[in-house]
Amino acid sequence: MSIAHMMASGLGGIRTSGDLVARMQFARKMKTPAAKEYVAKKLGVSVLDLTDVYVMRDLREALGIGVTVGLPGAPRGIAAKMNIEKLLDIEINCCEIFRKMTSKR
Amino acid sequence: MAEYLTYMGDGKRIFCTREKIIDDLQAGMAEAVEVGNVPDLTSEELAMLCDIVCDRNRIVSVEPGNEVVLSNDGAQNKFTGDSGSSGCGIEMSALAAAQVHERALSMDTFEFGSLDNNYSVKPLKAVIAMQMQKMEDMQNSMIVPFFYGAMPNMGLYYEPDGPFGNPPDLMREGKIEEAQSEMEKAMDMMTRDIEFMGVKMQEAGSDGFNFDTTASAGDGDFLSVLRGVELLKKARPEAQTMVGMSSENVIGIHGMLDYKGQDVAGIYPHDQAKLAEMAGVDVFGPVTNTKSGKSLAWNMAYSVALIKECEKKSNLPCHVNMGMGVGGIPMLETPPAEAVTRCSKAMVEVAKVDGI
Repeated sequence: MSIAHMMASGLGGIRTSGDLVARMQFARKMKTPAAKEYVAKKLGVSVLDLTDVYVMRDLREALGIGVTVGLPGAPRGIAAKMNIEKLLDIEINCCEIFRKMTSKR
Repeated sequence: MAEYLTYMGDGKRIFCTREKIIDDLQAGMAEAVEVGNVPDLTSEELAMLCDIVCDRNRIVSVEPGNEVVLSNDGAQNKFTGDSGSSGCGIEMSALAAAQVHERALSMDTFEFGSLDNNYSVKPLKAVIAMQMQKMEDMQNSMIVPFFYGAMPNMGLYYEPDGPFGNPPDLMREGKIEEAQSEMEKAMDMMTRDIEFMGVKMQEAGSDGFNFDTTASAGDGDFLSVLRGVELLKKARPEAQTMVGMSSENVIGIHGMLDYKGQDVAGIYPHDQAKLAEMAGVDVFGPVTNTKSGKSLAWNMAYSVALIKECEKKSNLPCHVNMGMGVGGIPMLETPPAEAVTRCSKAMVEVAKVDGI
C-alpha cells in the first residue's frame, strides 16, 4: 500500500523533501502549497525541485539533514533533526530533550 | 463498444464501457451529495475522474509538482502484525520496521505503536514505561516526523473489558439514560487516559500523537478525543496531533452530545474537521467508507465529493485515509495497485487533499 501511494502521489520522504514538508504541516498547520513554498524557500530551490532526487540527494547530504542511503559520518537521527530545526526554523521535541539531557554540567 | 478494465469495491476485476463508468461516477457523486449534504462535483471534475478510471495504463500518478505528504497509521504493525491488521507477519523490531518505512518506502512520517497491547490507549497505560523507552530509542535513529500512535477505542472501557456498563446491552433492556450515563463515565476516563499517554510520550521525545480510528465507538469516542487533544495541548503545547477517523460519519450511540455547542452525532468529514480545528488538532484524517458492491468509479466519485468539501472547509491540512476499504480503495487485504493509484491521483488532483 505504501509503495503504491508513494509511486502515485508521494513526496518521497528523505529521498527528497517529504519529511520537511510534513514537518511544516504538523508544526505550523500549513496546507501543502504553503508548506512546499516555505521549505523550497529555506532550501533555496524551486517547488518542483522538492521532488527531484537529482537535486535533493546531494543537497540533503550537504545540509546534514539525513539521506536515504547508509553513509558513515553523515548526520542521522537526532543529529540530522538538529540540522533540520535550524534549516526550517522550528523546534523538534526530541532535540529539545536531547539538549536538556546534555547540558547538565 | 470499447471496454475498460476496472474493479468492484471488493477488488474483483470487471470490464465496463465508458458510458457505464460515467453513470457510476454520477451515481456515486449523487449518493455523497445526498448523505453528506455536499455540493456536486463539476462536469470538469467528473471528466477528470472518468479519465483516471479509463486510463489504459496499470499504474497512474499525479503530475510532477502535485505530490503530497504521506503519513501513516498502524505503525510497524503493517510488517509485524497478522491478517487482522493486514500485517505481513514478519518477525522484526519496531525500529527496523520504522527505518524500512523511512529509508526504503519513502514515508514522509511514521509512528510507533504497540499491537501487543491492542494498539489502544487503555491497555497501553499499563506498559507506558516500556513504550517511552522504545520511543526514546527510536527518536535517536529516525529522521522523519515520528509520532506515537494508538486507537482511542472506547469500547474497551465497557464490560466485559472495562469498568463501565455496556451501552448496547443496556439499550436492549430499554435503559437509555443509564446507557448514556455509562458512556459519559467512560468518556471522562478515556479523556484522562489520552492526556496521560500523550504527556508521557512527549516526555519521551515524540513529535506528537496520532489518534487512529477515532470515533470507532461513536460520538462519545470522538468527543473524548477532542477533549483529550485539548488537555494534551494545554499540558504540552509542542505536541503535534493527528486525528484520523474510523468512519465517514460519527455514529450517534449516545446521541445527545455536543462539542462547544456543535452536535457530534451524525456529522460528516467537513463538519468533523471543524470540530478538530476547534480542539487544536494539527492534521485531520477524514474517512469515506468503500461500498464493496459498487464499482471503483462509484466509490471514487462518492469519496472525492465528500473529501473535496472537507478539504475546502478545513483550515487544517487534511490527510485522507486511503487504506483498504476507505477513500474509494477496494475492501481487500491486498487491494489492486491499479485501483490504489487511481484513487490516490483522484484524491490529490480532484479533492485537493494535503496528504494521504
